Amino acid sequence: MQGETGRTKHFTRRAIILGGAQTLLLAGLAGRMYQLQVLESDRYKTLADENRINMQLLPPPRGRIFDRFGQPLAVNQLNYRLVIVPEQAGDLERSLSELGLLIPIEKHERERILREAQRKRNFVPITVRENLTWEEVSRIEVNAPDLPGTMIDVGQTRYYLAGEETAHIIGYVGAVSEKELAGDPVLALPGFRIGKNGAEKTFESALRGKAGSRQVEVNAFGRIIRELRRDEGQPGDDHILTVDMGLQVYSNARIRHESAAAVVVDVHSGEVLALVSAPSFNPNSFTTGISQTEWNALMANPRFPLMNKAISGQYSPGSTFKPIVALAALDGDIVNPNQKFLCSGYTVLGNRRFYCWKRGGHGMMDMNSGIAQSCDAYFYEVAKRVGVDTIAIMARRFGLGERLGIELPSEQKGLIPTRDWKLAVHGVPWQKGETLIIGIGQGFVLTTPLQLAVMTARIANGGIAIQPKLVRETQRVGHRLPDTREPFHSMGLSAAHLAIVQKGMFDVTNSPRGTAYRARIEEPGMAMAGKTASVQVKRITKAERERGVSKNEDRVWKDRDHALFIGYAPVNSPRYAVSVVVEHGGGGAKTAAPIARDILHEVQRRDLARRGPEKNIVLDMTAAV
Amino acid sequence: MALQDHFDGGRTGMSLLDRVLQINLILVLLICLPALVGFAMLYSAAGGDMEPWASPQIIRFGFGLVIMFGAALVDIRFWLKSAYFIYAGAFVLLIGVELIGDSAMGAQRWVDIGPLQLQPSEIMKIALVMALARYFHTVAIEDIKRITALIPPLILILAPAALVLRQPDLGTAALLATSGAMMLFLAGLRLWKLGVAFVGLIGAIPVAWQFFRDYQKTRILTFINPESDPLGAGYHILQSKIAFGSGGIFGKGFLGGTQSHLNFLPEKQTDFVFTMLAEEFGLVGGIALLLLYFALIAYGTVVALRCNSQFGRMLGMGIIATFFLYVFINMAMVMGLVPIVGVPLPLISYGGSAMLTLMFGFGLVLNIYIHRDVQIGRRLHHMRT
Repeated sequence: MQGETGRTKHFTRRAIILGGAQTLLLAGLAGRMYQLQVLESDRYKTLADENRINMQLLPPPRGRIFDRFGQPLAVNQLNYRLVIVPEQAGDLERSLSELGLLIPIEKHERERILREAQRKRNFVPITVRENLTWEEVSRIEVNAPDLPGTMIDVGQTRYYLAGEETAHIIGYVGAVSEKELAGDPVLALPGFRIGKNGAEKTFESALRGKAGSRQVEVNAFGRIIRELRRDEGQPGDDHILTVDMGLQVYSNARIRHESAAAVVVDVHSGEVLALVSAPSFNPNSFTTGISQTEWNALMANPRFPLMNKAISGQYSPGSTFKPIVALAALDGDIVNPNQKFLCSGYTVLGNRRFYCWKRGGHGMMDMNSGIAQSCDAYFYEVAKRVGVDTIAIMARRFGLGERLGIELPSEQKGLIPTRDWKLAVHGVPWQKGETLIIGIGQGFVLTTPLQLAVMTARIANGGIAIQPKLVRETQRVGHRLPDTREPFHSMGLSAAHLAIVQKGMFDVTNSPRGTAYRARIEEPGMAMAGKTASVQVKRITKAERERGVSKNEDRVWKDRDHALFIGYAPVNSPRYAVSVVVEHGGGGAKTAAPIARDILHEVQRRDLARRGPEKNIVLDMTAAV
Repeated sequence: MALQDHFDGGRTGMSLLDRVLQINLILVLLICLPALVGFAMLYSAAGGDMEPWASPQIIRFGFGLVIMFGAALVDIRFWLKSAYFIYAGAFVLLIGVELIGDSAMGAQRWVDIGPLQLQPSEIMKIALVMALARYFHTVAIEDIKRITALIPPLILILAPAALVLRQPDLGTAALLATSGAMMLFLAGLRLWKLGVAFVGLIGAIPVAWQFFRDYQKTRILTFINPESDPLGAGYHILQSKIAFGSGGIFGKGFLGGTQSHLNFLPEKQTDFVFTMLAEEFGLVGGIALLLLYFALIAYGTVVALRCNSQFGRMLGMGIIATFFLYVFINMAMVMGLVPIVGVPLPLISYGGSAMLTLMFGFGLVLNIYIHRDVQIGRRLHHMRT
């Protein structure tokens, strides 16, 4: 027919053009595929992994803390938590009502759970209650089939087995504060706890360990599909302290009813065998968050239970300072130990009288009797000759006036005054009379119980400058870490001079005229040497004297003298040194010396130094303690 | 019947058996192969499960085969005669969704007829091709040069396009307009006239822009710079490109497409199914599917050219061109070459209406192969030659 062939030809031409155009466009698609999947593939692969792979931190188990014989002091307890997954629970309110029949769920808790459920994606578990008892766990587990979506989840909570006994040494952990958040990302994990006080704080980084991580594949909604890689990280290092729990408990019991502190050190190794401060507190209250009532009670207590008096309490050493004054005199060849001074109950300087504690006077005193009977007049004379700066130098050689570096936070320096110090701080020149007061360890001079114990140890060990240490060894996953601490050096004191002081201190407790003769240890081979001190907190006023107040017992507690005692034993081969400070305890000989005696007796009875524990502490990481 | 008298051509009286024997099995095979790929991808999309997508899709495809063979075996002149009726019916349905349609994903596209959900815009794609094929079958080549002869086809194209745009369904509107334009091109319309129409369309964009809804505007804007808003509107394009590109040359393996299975890839069983295929089978798999489509398009074009009647040629080419547009727009869309407009990948994407209308269209292509030698008169009054 007419026109039909032309139409066919025309159509075919157009169809081929169209087909060609389609082919070109399809080829263009192929080119785009090549671009995306070959040329730019690496970039998209990276983006794909970023999409789906999520890193999660695994909190490392915190390092445990043991006493020197491996007795656990701080452990991680399993914390059973009840969690509920709203997605699986279905009707959340009904599930909670059913759970409420098994374990108590407070009304506000219930509201919190419902609130959380609205905020979070419905497959994210919500904590219903923490710290379930075993009985509660069983009750829930038994009924588990009827409680869809509920699970018992296990976390870890720090637990201090010895509680109050070691609170001042170990401290406690608490929630991470805003300020502390910087650095380690593990800190941001919900419920993570860090050391807030004591060894927990000092050894925080070692105890914390290194966080593990796991790579998980997540879908577009953030739900975990599977685990791709897991790095367990490194559990915190276990710390074995130098403290002997037996002695610690004994010492605590001995000062329990006082506001007091006591420190026992090994005179050769510097190991702190016991460090107690009374009153104490329950560290377990802090790990889960302390109640307001308990906190208020701690803060209101006039005896400051939260303060570690052994390292933070600063007291005038009183007569316990006299051995240092004596050594300063001997070392400078200023006073001959046999030189005698007359004690008539006071010493006169200018127009002022400086009284001896014994109003009637001691008579003629040499160095030995001066120490043994703690004659103030004798030491006024010595101090007058030696001078405050020379005394200060000797005091510093014994570790006074500076931090000893024990592995605990908030250790105080104490104070050893010099002429320059007074001018700089008070703006007034040194008065000669102040030197006399320093000579009997009062006035400006301040020491901590720890410093007194170390000072005593350095006298007892023949002048080796030991430093206190609290950690015997650290173990990482059961392997002992090398000890990098330096050995101790001699202080360069004359053995003869030390012997004179040691004899004086021996006579304090073993000569019938010694101030603490009644607190001597009679058991053969255990005899102790020591030095008493009673430090005036408040002068007895004229008014009080007129009312007949002359003894400490007659005064209000906070006006009474501090009672101090330093000592070491056994005298023949000294091994243990102790310091005891009883705040407002009255007389050193009467209150502090018996405590020191009992502690020194106990430590010798236990004979810690000879019970070598090194090889038999095997810490099983898996043991549930 | 009067109509039958007018259109009856030379070779009449092909028996049903004759027609069955004339079914082009190569074409049937080329249709089934992408469908099989589709089943595998839907199985993978469900994480290795026949439910919820693969099984219904197989049933639907089986149903589609029945429709396809049905459409193939009917006499071609029936389709010629009923072309305008089908167009009119589709147009009425299209108006119907404006009134009674449900809103699905911000666009009214469905009409409920009993339990069956119908998408009139899908039917319109084939109906438009049929109506235009019939129109140009009856118009002499000389007449096409007259501007007045262009008015009816332009109305046929623009009326449903405008309705669909109102729904609003940007993709289908563009698809209708483009396949209409291709029909005009095939009919022999002067290129400069098409050029004028194209310029006119470009000029109409700022006007049309005001009628676009916000989500359509953001789709176009984020197409231009998808990285600007990676968690918002650009998310789909970006995630699609990530999944696509991370597949590399050999892919991550069947069922191994991490981006798809972790739901980073949106709509992986429908519009983005090609991305999942490319992620799991890589460049190799993508090119293979592309070649499969190319074979179907090329073979379909050959079948259309082989046809003796202008109606058959126009219809065949029109359907194949529409099919091409589906493939091209969908693939270009998931690879970030054109905006996300919601066009499924034919034969593979999960979905009812598109599959059934497409199978109907392929039935018509098979039909014109069966009736390739049937002469059909141009005018109603001299159908017999």
